[in-house]
Amino acid sequence: MRAARLLLSVGFLKNNNLTLVLGIFLSVCWVVIAIFAPWIAPYDPIAQDVARTLQPPSFAHPFGTDNFGRDVLSRVIWGSRVDLAMGLGGVFAPIIIGCTIGLLAGYFGGIIDTLLMRFLDITISFPFFILMIAIISILGPGLMSFFIALALVGWVSYARLVRSRTLVLRHSDFVAAGQILGFSSIRIMFRHVLPNAALPVLVFIMSDVVLTILLGSSLSYLGLGVQPPLAEWGIMIAEGQNFISTAWWITLFPGLAIVILALSFSLIADGLAAQYKVSE
Amino acid sequence: MERFKFILFRPLQLLPVLFGVSVISFVMVRSIPGDPVRLLLGTRATPEVAAKIRAQYGLDEPLMTQYLLFLKNLFQGDFGRSIVYKTSTFNVVAERIGPTVFLLAYVLVMAILITLILSTWAARRQGRLPDVIVRSYSMVGLGLPTFWLGIILIMQFSIALNWFPTSGYGESVAENLYYLFLPAVSITLALSPVLIRNLRASLISEMESDYATAARSRGMSENGIYFSHVLPNSLVPAITLLGINFAWLIGGTVVVEQVFSVPGIGQLMISSIFARDYLVVQLITLVVAIAVIAVNFIVDVLTAVIDPRVHL
Repeated sequence: MRAARLLLSVGFLKNNNLTLVLGIFLSVCWVVIAIFAPWIAPYDPIAQDVARTLQPPSFAHPFGTDNFGRDVLSRVIWGSRVDLAMGLGGVFAPIIIGCTIGLLAGYFGGIIDTLLMRFLDITISFPFFILMIAIISILGPGLMSFFIALALVGWVSYARLVRSRTLVLRHSDFVAAGQILGFSSIRIMFRHVLPNAALPVLVFIMSDVVLTILLGSSLSYLGLGVQPPLAEWGIMIAEGQNFISTAWWITLFPGLAIVILALSFSLIADGLAAQYKVSE
Repeated sequence: MERFKFILFRPLQLLPVLFGVSVISFVMVRSIPGDPVRLLLGTRATPEVAAKIRAQYGLDEPLMTQYLLFLKNLFQGDFGRSIVYKTSTFNVVAERIGPTVFLLAYVLVMAILITLILSTWAARRQGRLPDVIVRSYSMVGLGLPTFWLGIILIMQFSIALNWFPTSGYGESVAENLYYLFLPAVSITLALSPVLIRNLRASLISEMESDYATAARSRGMSENGIYFSHVLPNSLVPAITLLGINFAWLIGGTVVVEQVFSVPGIGQLMISSIFARDYLVVQLITLVVAIAVIAVNFIVDVLTAVIDPRVHL
């Protein structure tokens, strides 16, 4: 909450922070596109039209049509819903689990810290992507498996970040004051320590959204994520790969959409870090 | 030589991690939906045969005994049989590991070269055009999907210009350098932005540090300061970051192998998942986890060799 208040405070536009402004502007654009997809998209994203297959970009179809005659522009617009949901929804569980583990380890220290950190070492020594693929292969492909797999492996970075902040904050006066006043450990951790670690976490969330979008679209490209005929950018690229010598537009535009969406969150992360002097 | 002691002790610290890795991969295969014996034998097996196999593999034992058996088999080099290739999973994976290792090494060399060149170029012309170009690339590059990049490279350099093959793997080293060029480039372009951002930032902070100013006031040339002080001092964080990103790199390889049909373990893993060949998936996960642990150990040793202040 404190981070949100900080964001909205007057200081947020000072130093001409173009990076942050541009990032927020682009992200808001994507959110608007995603929410109003049914009204913005000129065609139905899954309606097939055999008379209009593989048409190059034209006035009627600015991004062309695919092998089923579906309008690529409309599919890119509808795809923003899925990809944005993957990116923003995917970081949710990791944030909660990671922050909790980081707080517990950093605040209590001792045996709890040792155990949790050993657990973290084990999780981190598995390559993230391979572990995700392995978990999804057991759960079966789909958006839900993607979220569960992320919850199981995505928390490590948050736990590390929050733990290192908590180790410092644990010795500060306000924590001692809270302890003297008889506040419960949970209250001190979540109401006092965590808000003071919120900014670096917020910066990390923004870069994590970028990684999660890339991860989700890669998995969908491999056939392990979202399933067709849902319009998702990774799937569109996979489908377009069969036509790269004849219809470049099917592949090009969804990829550009990923790059621009990812860029908007990278810009916010960089802008925030510069604004509040958070080192990554 | 005091500081090299940890080379002996560090592997001991890794034992709990290896133990955890083995537990996770054991649990992973045991939590697969369906009966492994049915997967192995097919649906035609009689209950008696199934029971015999179950006893033979220890599947009727309690979970703890099964885990110990699994460990024993691991140490004996018995990783089970692939249901698709009808041979030991070890052979299947060993056959496919070459292209992946080659691709990883290719990417590492390429990424290190590009990172050194671009970071130097940007840091020494801070705030000017080269810096702006490199920073823009390292910003946009953070969000480049490797698979899409690979396909775009194929469109441009394989189909339109016909310079490179669209897929496959060669016979000799020279051929592989040619076949795997585009796959390596697409991973490198997605990996290097992270490295460049980091190295550029530490180069700039080292250039502005007191010892650099002192060297400058003694009349040392900028090139001399850069190559004998600034660059070596910036390398430790860069190497650490490269080590951390090795795990990411393997993930990138899996996807790119799929794009370019490189017959490596990444492609094997994906096809094994779709074929429900879980023991192969398990072995690949295990191999990759051990590779990551080994690489991080090497990174620790390297940092200690480069930076005398590091003790572990």
